[in-house]
Amino acid sequence: MKQNKNLYNYIIGIADNSLILAQRLGELCGHGPTLETDIAGTNISLDLIGQARNYYQYAAKVQNEGKTEDDLAFLRLENQYRNVLLVEQPNEHFGYVMGRQYLFDVFHLMFLSEMLQSKDETLAAIAKKGIKEVSYHKRFSGDWIKRLGDGTEESNHNIQEAIDELWAYTDELFDQTEADKAMIAEGIGVDTSKLKEKYYEEVSILLKEATIEVPERKYFIKGGKKGVHSEHMGYILTEMQYMQRTYPNMEW
Amino acid sequence: MNQDFLVLCLESGSVAVLIQKHTNMSKNWPLWEIFVRSKNGLEHRHFGSLHAADADMALENARDVYTRRSEGVSIWVVESKNITASNPEHNGELFEPAQDKVYRHPTFYDLPDEVKHM
Repeated sequence: MKQNKNLYNYIIGIADNSLILAQRLGELCGHGPTLETDIAGTNISLDLIGQARNYYQYAAKVQNEGKTEDDLAFLRLENQYRNVLLVEQPNEHFGYVMGRQYLFDVFHLMFLSEMLQSKDETLAAIAKKGIKEVSYHKRFSGDWIKRLGDGTEESNHNIQEAIDELWAYTDELFDQTEADKAMIAEGIGVDTSKLKEKYYEEVSILLKEATIEVPERKYFIKGGKKGVHSEHMGYILTEMQYMQRTYPNMEW
Repeated sequence: MNQDFLVLCLESGSVAVLIQKHTNMSKNWPLWEIFVRSKNGLEHRHFGSLHAADADMALENARDVYTRRSEGVSIWVVESKNITASNPEHNGELFEPAQDKVYRHPTFYDLPDEVKHM
């Protein structure tokens, strides 16, 4: 029973990252800077929603309370969402959108590559499917980081501003909740502490290539993994949950 | 949860806005012609055009714009300015003389059913 609770919380943590980032990207549907980048962003959003669905379906099964993927995605309270703060940060400008994406994509790809080895066959299977999608996400966002950083004075200024601000949320990616620790001990979860050094190394190499200064920061902002979110989260959920709350059990 | 909603936004309501943006973009990024091979064994066919700053971006954009419904296994991109087109004013001298040369069509042979794409 306890084991199921931990597994449920573990899956929800991964799923919420994908869902909330997808929601942020979805906000830009029809508002992207160009037709091509608009479609690209929406494609990434749909990839992430697809992954989130797989996680929520599995979490609902593990929870075994008769809930559906929609209940889990749309009908929880703010403090029950366990996504990292990074993915809920707003689309201030295109630099923030690509900066947030890249800082998450590098982690996401490393995470899924490790989850392939999970003793939990369902999680390993979701990882296997997601890796190809996320490899493309990282390629896309990484290319844009280079273009913006090594582009014009204005684009360099904007991407530097975004990276400086978003950097404060990167350390939380490697924080471990009790559920995380329990699942790592079981051989199901990914030991994110092993990814941290590799992560900052990889990100720093690309930032330098993009002539973006690597931020130096001792203090990081965290909380999402414990359910303590930034002021943005309430607005995200208001929009995202509107349909299910107004028309309960609605289906398309 | 249904992904069709986002797709719906993309396919309908937002298209007008996007086309407007697309038109504005022409001042900035060059135009590229996109050729997609839909499956191995077939030739690359012209699928459309899009804007991109360089060839790498054109490939990524083409992947997202033209192959997101699994339409392709290979993409070629060519900057539109590199294509030399025939002048429609010369259509008469270029194409009309061929119209009454029916003997140039291999219609007098029986093709085996196994020969496809002829």
